Formats: sequence, C-alpha cells, structure tokens
Amino acid sequence: MTIPKLPLGEAIEAAIDFLTENFSFITKAVSNVVENANEVLVENLEKIPPMVLILLIALLAWRLAGRRIALFSVAGLALIWNLGLWGATMATISLVIAATLVAISLGIPIGIASALFPLVNRIVLPILDLMQTMPAFVYLIPAIPFFGLGPVSAVFSTVIFAMPPAIRLTDLGIRQVPKELIEAADAFGSSRLQKLLKVQLPLARPTIMAGVNQTIMLSLSMVVIAAMIGAGGLGSEVWKAIQRFKPGMGFEAGLAVVIIAIIFDRITQKITHQGKTH
Amino acid sequence: MKKIEVEKLGKVFGKPSRQVLSLLDQGWDRERLMKEKGFALGLWDVSFSVEEGEILVVMGLSGSGKSTLIRCLNRLIEPTAGSILIDGTDVRGLNEAQLREFRQTRFGMVFQRFALFPHRTVIQNVAYGLEIHGESKDTCRKKAEDALALVGLKGWEDNYPDQLSGGMQQRVGLARALAIDPGILLMDEAFSALDPLIRKEMQEELLQLQSRVGKTIVFITHDLDEALKLGDKIIILKDGRLVQQGTPEEILTNPADDYVEKFVEDVDMSKVLTASSIMKKAYSITWPKDGPKTALREMEEVGISSIFVVDRKRLLLGIVNADDASELIRKGISDLKEILKEPSRVTPDTSLTELFALESFPAAVVDESGVLKGAIVRGNIIAGLNRER
Repeated sequence: MTIPKLPLGEAIEAAIDFLTENFSFITKAVSNVVENANEVLVENLEKIPPMVLILLIALLAWRLAGRRIALFSVAGLALIWNLGLWGATMATISLVIAATLVAISLGIPIGIASALFPLVNRIVLPILDLMQTMPAFVYLIPAIPFFGLGPVSAVFSTVIFAMPPAIRLTDLGIRQVPKELIEAADAFGSSRLQKLLKVQLPLARPTIMAGVNQTIMLSLSMVVIAAMIGAGGLGSEVWKAIQRFKPGMGFEAGLAVVIIAIIFDRITQKITHQGKTH
Repeated sequence: MKKIEVEKLGKVFGKPSRQVLSLLDQGWDRERLMKEKGFALGLWDVSFSVEEGEILVVMGLSGSGKSTLIRCLNRLIEPTAGSILIDGTDVRGLNEAQLREFRQTRFGMVFQRFALFPHRTVIQNVAYGLEIHGESKDTCRKKAEDALALVGLKGWEDNYPDQLSGGMQQRVGLARALAIDPGILLMDEAFSALDPLIRKEMQEELLQLQSRVGKTIVFITHDLDEALKLGDKIIILKDGRLVQQGTPEEILTNPADDYVEKFVEDVDMSKVLTASSIMKKAYSITWPKDGPKTALREMEEVGISSIFVVDRKRLLLGIVNADDASELIRKGISDLKEILKEPSRVTPDTSLTELFALESFPAAVVDESGVLKGAIVRGNIIAGLNRER
C-alpha cells in the first residue's frame, strides 16, 4: 500500500495564489513605496562624490568607534572605489539600510510584546524557529509574485531573514532585567509603561543593540543572496562572476562585501558596548 | 491613631480553596499543608499594629515569612486573607490605580541588595519615585537633593551607583525611599548585605534620622542584635506564624518558646542592657535654693553618703558628699558651690560593658541636654546582669 503524498506544497501554492490575486493591490502599493524610497536613497548616495562620502563615513567611524576603524574605513572604501565597485556598493548599502530599518522597527516592538505578554511569546517563538531554520533561498520564491523581480522583493525577503535576532534579543534583554529592579520599580508605584520606558528598555539596551548588530549582518548576507531575484548591487556582481566563471571578479565583489560588513559591525558593536558602561 | 493595623493576615501561594484555608485555622503547619495538600504557606494569622513614629522589627529565620509579610503591606505580594489598614485605609480594597498612587506617596521601600538602577545617576535614582508621581523636574531635583543631604551624600549626585561603596549605595536606597516623603518606610533586611562596622554605623544613623524625620518604620532582619537596637517593638515569625511580639526587653527576659530562646541565648547581656534599663532614682537637691544642711538631711533620710546637685531645670551641676557638707556647716558657709565635685556622667544608652569601666560611683545618667535622669551605683550593674541570666 502506498500512502499518497500530502499536498502540502500545493496548499501553500494555492494560498500564495489566493493572496496574490486578492491582495496584490496592497503588495503593489507597498512595492511602489519601498521602490521609490530605495531609489531616492540610492540616487542620493550616488550623487555624493565618493571622496566626500568616504570621509563622512570615516569621520562617523572615528567618532563612534575610534581611530583604527576610521583608518580601515578610508582604506577599504578607497579600494572599493578603485576596483570600480562604488555604484554596486552604494546599491547594496541602501538595501541594507532599508531592510534593517524595516526589520528593527517591526522586530523591537514584537520583541517587547513577547517579553511582556506570555501569550505573544508562545505564538512568536515557533514562528521565529521556522524563520531561522528555513533555508534563506526559499523566501525569495514567494517574494516574486507579491512584489515582482527587483529590490523590493529583496528587501522583503531580507527583512524576514534578518528580523529574528532583533526580536529574540529584545525579548531576552527585557527578561534579563534583574527581578529586584522590577520589584523596586513596582514598589514606587510605576505603571507598566513607566516601568518599560524608565527601567526595562534602558537596561535592555546593550542586548537590544547586539540584536540590531546581528540584524545588520544578516541583512548584508541576505542582500547578496537576493541578487538572484534582481536585487542588484554587489550581489549581482558575484552572481555575474559565477555565471561567467570569473573567480577574480567574484573575489573582488566578495571582498567589498567583507569590507562593508567589518565597518558596519565595528561601529554598531562600539555603540553596544558604550551602552554597557552607562 | 494607629499607622498600620494588620488583622489575621494570611498568604498561601497558589489558589487554595476555602476548605484548605480552614485547615490552617485548625492548626495545620506549613509542612503538613505542603505534604498533604501541596500548597506553600507564606503567612497565617498574623496580627499586629504599629503606632505613628514607631519602629517595628520583624524577625525570623530565612523562610519564616518576613519578606512575604513586608511585601503584603504594599501588595507586592497579594495577601490571601486578613486585612491591612494604613492610616485607616483598607489596602486590600484599593484598585490598581489607587494602589499605585498609594505606593507613590505612602511607602518608601529599601531593599536588601539595594536595587538601585544602574543606568541612572545617584540623583536620578533618588528622584525615581517623584518622577513616577509626575512631579516637575525642578521639584524632583530639589527634593532629591534634600533627601541626599539627609543621608549625608551631598556632592555624589552625578555619580553612578557602581562607583559607590555598599554602605553609600544603601544610603542612596534610603534617600530614594525618603525623597517621596512617605509616612512609612519598609526596610527589607536593609543592612544585611553590609559589613559589620558599616552596618552598626547605618543602624546609628537610621536612629538619628528617625528622631529627626519621625517616620513609621517596618524593619526586617534575622539579626537579634539589630532587632534589639532598632526596635521599639519586635515581632518574631516562625514558619509563617507569629510566635511572639513585645518590646525588646520583654522578648529577652521572657522568650515565648524554644525558637525565640534560641535567638536570645546568643545575645551578650552586657551589650544589650543599657544604663536606662538598670538605673535607679537619682536623689538630688536644688542649687541655689538648698544649702549644706538640706543636703545632709536628705542623705541621712535615704541613707546615702553623697547627693547630686541640679539647678531649677534639673540640669546636673555636680555632686556633694556628706563629709564636705558637714565641713561647710562647721565653717558657716551656706553656698554649696565650694564643695561641688564632678561625678561620672553617662547617657541612657551607655552599655553595661562601658558602665563596668567607670571609676567613680554613683554615676549620673543624663540626657543630651544634661538633665539628670537617674543614678547608677555599682550594685545595680551586678544585679542587672544576674537578673537577666
């Protein structure tokens, strides 16, 4: 006796079809807004002369993370410029910024709700497990019918891929606030909101910032993968190199990704640790 | 009026039925309730009251229910049974908003491990309660500064808690509680985490502070010396039930059962007993009204060989002895000033150990302003020790 295959895949396809047919006006609207915002961001980033932008980023790195990172930024970005990858890099950075902003502005509130309300926590946890273990490529497929090929689909799948750490670490940070401090806040008659704003969030800040750092790193890696659905940027340089079998070109684009990753990471990590000492 | 009145207070963790609670009234103890019904007993049938300005010390071993008791007063732990009246208001009848208002204005709480907010400066910590209550920035700043001055931490406003020593951190904790000017201070083992010397110092300061600000204080401790030093009244808990309440002396001299006795037997009597508890009536004459003849007659009447001399306000001036007085009469002088000598002076809370070391007797017991309160002769000290042993 053979057990027939459960029509799980078919059901999901039907659901996606249903959603695209009936709700595509929403996704199209979102798509337009995000696309326009992203275009404006890319255009403006590209309008700034590379020299000026390099110095601006170096200055930012110097103020936030110290001299060594500032020097590294100048050298790294100059190399990217020299390799002729400046435009692609700007496209990637703007995608990362867009995806990160969406991911943390959804993720932090969800994390707070999950820490404060057990019911939310019970719903959110299994979804997060699913989001984190599902192979990243799978998110690319439904993005296309909803948002079409291009940067918006890339942002969408990147947000899904990069949001879990923001939620998890926000939740964790709030739970880790010592019980006696919560008790002290209660003993002085704090309301829930006062307790959240004056005690829980400030004390959870370093952990939340670590989550933001993770989200940025994951966004960067996903934005590269999303080149497969036409995200553009450094990912598409890598993608082209694979298709034409040009290991040198692929390596150059890969190196550019690494340089950006290091700059992002060090700057956000420094902000995280500043939070630990007041 | 009574500041705090607690009547038959009970706390059983979980959701016990009426029937389970009635077992407690039949005298079930904590162990049996846990074993047979699976409920954890926090407190049962605890009644006491505290007068305005009094320090009540709640004492017991760990697990005796003291922490539960203090948290029931401001409902950080929700009581299961009984009533709690604060200034005549039933705390258990308050709704959520009223309870918050109550906590913001009536209770200042001080915690064992300080529970200061590490991300806030000292002054921001102290102002926390005021901020929560919605005071303006200026009021917060001003009241917090006053509270800090009260605990002797002026000048530390902008430091963070982790830059302060344990003793100083607890002063901040105390200032945070005092800043909202509450009627009641709830102090949960407030000095237990401090090392012994600092702890003694804080006890002294709390008493001094108390004499200035006159708060009603509920103080939890597992340390009998601390309880005796601070408490106007002491209640002793064991396994969630009240085993004895009374003044420190009552508890020392008349422990209710073995449990209390265990606490008491470690106490060094000579440290606990003070001049005020063993002093006798001081015989005195008044200068300049009385002369040597009155002095001699008084001494003869009560059978002593020297007598204290005070002024009209009972301020101690000195002591005269019988030999000098008769000498003065022989010379025909009536002013006692010539033969006044300086006696040993002690305060009412001088300990027995220190009294032993005195060189001349009788010693005069005088209060801070120098008013004569009583006298101590060598015999009192020995008798005092024997009485208590």
